[in-house]
Amino acid sequence: MSETSDSIILDTATRILSDLCGPEVVNDAEAGKWPQALWETLEESGLTLAWVPEELGGAGAGTADGFAALRVAGRFAAPVPFAETLLAGRLLAAAHIPAPSGAMTIAPALPGGSLALSPDGRLEGRARRIPFARSARHIALFARRGDERFVVLVAPEGLGLRAGTSLAGEPLDDLIFEGVIPKAIAETALDDEALLAWGAAARLQQIAGALERILEQSVEYAQDRTQFGRPIAKFQVIQHNLAMLAGEVAAGSAAAAAAAEACGGGETALPRLAAAKVRGGEAAGAGAAIAHQVHGAMGFTYEHSLHHRTRRLWAWREEFGNEAFWAMRLGRIVAAQGADALWPFITAEN
Amino acid sequence: MTFSFRFDPISLPEEAKALQEEVRAFLREEAARGGFTPGKGGFSREFGRKVGARGWLGMTWPKKYGGGERSQLERYVVTEEMLAWGAPTRSFSTGDRQSGPMLLRYGQEEIKEKILPRIVRGELCFCIGLSEPNSGSDVFAASTRAKKTAGGWLVNGRKIWTSNAHEADYMIALLRTSPPTPENRRHGLSQFLVEMRAPGMTIRPIINLTGSHEFNEVVFDDVFLPDSHLVGDLDMAWKQATDELAFERSGPDRWIETFPCFVEFVRQRGAEPSERVAEGIGRAVAELMTLRRMSLSVAGMLQAGKSPIAEAALVKDLGTNFEQALPDKIRLLAPPLSDEDPDANDARFEEALRHATLIAPKLTIQGGTREVLRGIIARGLGLR
Repeated sequence: MSETSDSIILDTATRILSDLCGPEVVNDAEAGKWPQALWETLEESGLTLAWVPEELGGAGAGTADGFAALRVAGRFAAPVPFAETLLAGRLLAAAHIPAPSGAMTIAPALPGGSLALSPDGRLEGRARRIPFARSARHIALFARRGDERFVVLVAPEGLGLRAGTSLAGEPLDDLIFEGVIPKAIAETALDDEALLAWGAAARLQQIAGALERILEQSVEYAQDRTQFGRPIAKFQVIQHNLAMLAGEVAAGSAAAAAAAEACGGGETALPRLAAAKVRGGEAAGAGAAIAHQVHGAMGFTYEHSLHHRTRRLWAWREEFGNEAFWAMRLGRIVAAQGADALWPFITAEN
Repeated sequence: MTFSFRFDPISLPEEAKALQEEVRAFLREEAARGGFTPGKGGFSREFGRKVGARGWLGMTWPKKYGGGERSQLERYVVTEEMLAWGAPTRSFSTGDRQSGPMLLRYGQEEIKEKILPRIVRGELCFCIGLSEPNSGSDVFAASTRAKKTAGGWLVNGRKIWTSNAHEADYMIALLRTSPPTPENRRHGLSQFLVEMRAPGMTIRPIINLTGSHEFNEVVFDDVFLPDSHLVGDLDMAWKQATDELAFERSGPDRWIETFPCFVEFVRQRGAEPSERVAEGIGRAVAELMTLRRMSLSVAGMLQAGKSPIAEAALVKDLGTNFEQALPDKIRLLAPPLSDEDPDANDARFEEALRHATLIAPKLTIQGGTREVLRGIIARGLGLR
C-alpha cells in the first residue's frame, strides 16, 4: 500500500474513534452496553475487514494498514472486537472463504490449543479464553483432521459458551464444540501457530497505542497536579519516572513495529515475533506500573480513565502467549542454534 | 498532545549487509590467528592499524581527509561487529566516534589535514578531557583554564576520569576561556586539541575496581597550545557539544558491552537448556533484538540528517540498564557450582561473567550518567 492510503486509514480510524469512543463508551461497554454506533461506523468504513480482499467481501488493505488502525484502537481502548474481526478476516481470506458481515472472533486463542474436525465434518473440542466470543456473529477457526488443516467458519448457535471476562472487563469466554456443523470449511496450508502469531502481533499494536496514550496522560497529569507548592512534574524523581515510562513506550512501539513486519505476509518470522511479544509484554507491565505511580490515588479510581488502558495492557500482554511462553520458545530456538550463531541471529532481521 | 520521540523503522541497505559479512570474516580470521581474544576488548595499536587499512575508520568522512564517504549505517555495522566480538577497539574508538567528527566539523583546516588522515589509518589514539575533580556530570562547571598568550594559549588545571589518557596521542579538552555570564552559565568554555606529550602534561593512573588501568588524572601545568588548536568558536563550546551527544550516545557501544558473557553462557548451557534457562535466554535475546532495532533506527535518523538527541538518550538509558543487569540475570541462571573440575566452556563462562559483573557499575555512568540521560529525556517530554 502506498503512504497515502496508509494515512487515510489512520485518519479514518482516528476520526471514528475520537468521535465515538470516549471514556463513557468504554465504561458503558464494561457495564454490558454494546457500543452500537462505534461498531457500525467502524464496519461501514471498511476497517473491520481491512485484511479481506475485495473479491471476498473486504476492503483489501495491506497488513500494515490494519496494524496501524489497531494501534489507534489501542490508544482509545476501543471496547469492540476490532482486532478479533480483522484476524478472523485474515484467517478466512487465507483459505479463500468469503467474509460475512458483523463482528467476528477467532479460535483457538491459547498456545497449544486445537480443535478437531471429525470425518463427517463436525467440530469437536474446546477453545478457552476467546475474546468477545459472545459478541461475535461468526467465529473463524483453525482445526485439524489428522495431518490435514482447515479454516472453518461457524455461527455461535449450538455452541456451548461459558462467559468470562478479561482484566479489562471485556468478554473472554470459553467455547465448547460438540458436533457443531460449520458454515464453511476449506483446507489450508497455514501453520498451526499462524493464528497465535497474528494474534500476538495484533495485541502488540494495541499495547503500543495504549502505552503512547498513558504516557501523554501521565505527563499531562504531572503538569496539572500541584503538591508541595509546585506541579509534581517539577520534581526530579517524577521526571525520571516519566523518562523511564517514555523508554518503555518506545520499546513497546519498536516491538509492535517488529511484530507487524514479522507478520507482514507469507510465513511468519517467528523469532522476531517472539522477541516482540516478550519485550512488548514487558513494556506493557512496566509502563502501566509507572503511569499508576505518577497518577497516585486518582489513577486508582474507576472514575479516572487511566484504567481503560492499563487494565487492557495487563490483559493484552497475557493473550496469544505471554512473555514467559514466547521467551521460552525463543530461548530454545537460540540454544539449538548454538553460541556462535547467537550474534548473527540477533542481527538477522534488519 | 503527541511527543516528538520517533524511531523510524529501518532495514540495512545491501552494501551494509555485505560489509557486515566482510567484517565478520576479518574478525574470524584475526581471532583464529591470535590477533585478539574474542570478548576481551582491550587496547592494540596493531589491531587499530589493520582496521584502518581496511577502510573502516573515518568511514563517513570526506575523501579529502582520507575518509570513505560511506553511510552512517555502514559505520554502524562495523562498530557493532567489533563490539559484539569484544575486539580490542580502545586505541581507535574515541577518535573514530567522537574526536574525529568534532575536528571535522569545527577544527581549523591545517589541523584537519594533519590529524584526520592519521585517525583514518588507525595511527592515533584520542581521549576526552571533560570531567574535572569538581565538575563531573555538571560538565559546564569546568574550571581548567586556557589563558591567551602570544601565538596561543597557556593551560592550567586538572582533568579526571580520562579514559586512555596514558595511551593517547591527543585529547579534545573542554577549557575555560572566559567566566560564565549571569544569563548563561554555560558560556565561556572552548574546545581545544591537546598534544598529550606536550611539556607540562602529567598523567597519573587511577586503577579501577577491576584492577585495570584505564582512566587517569591529567594535570596541566603551563601547557602551551598553539592558536591553531582551538576547535570551533571561542567561548561557545556549549553550542557545539549538543549535537555531538546524539553521535556519542546512540551507538551500539551502549548496549553490547556485557554481551560476550551472554555468548559464553549460551555455549555453556548447551543445545537443550531447561525451561527456566530457555526463558532467561529468550528474554535477553528479546531485549537485544529490540535495542538493536532502536539503535539502528537512531543511526538511520542520523544518516537522514536528523538530530535525534532525546531518542539517543533514551536508547542509551534502556541499553545501559540492560547491559548492566545482564550479568546478574545470567549469574542466577548458571548451574550450581560442583566439586567436579570445570571444562573449557565452564572456565570461559566463569571468566566472562566475572569480567561483566565487575565492569557493570560503570555502564550507567560513562558517557553521561543515567540521571543525566533521564534529564535529557524529561526535557524531550516538555517537563523542563
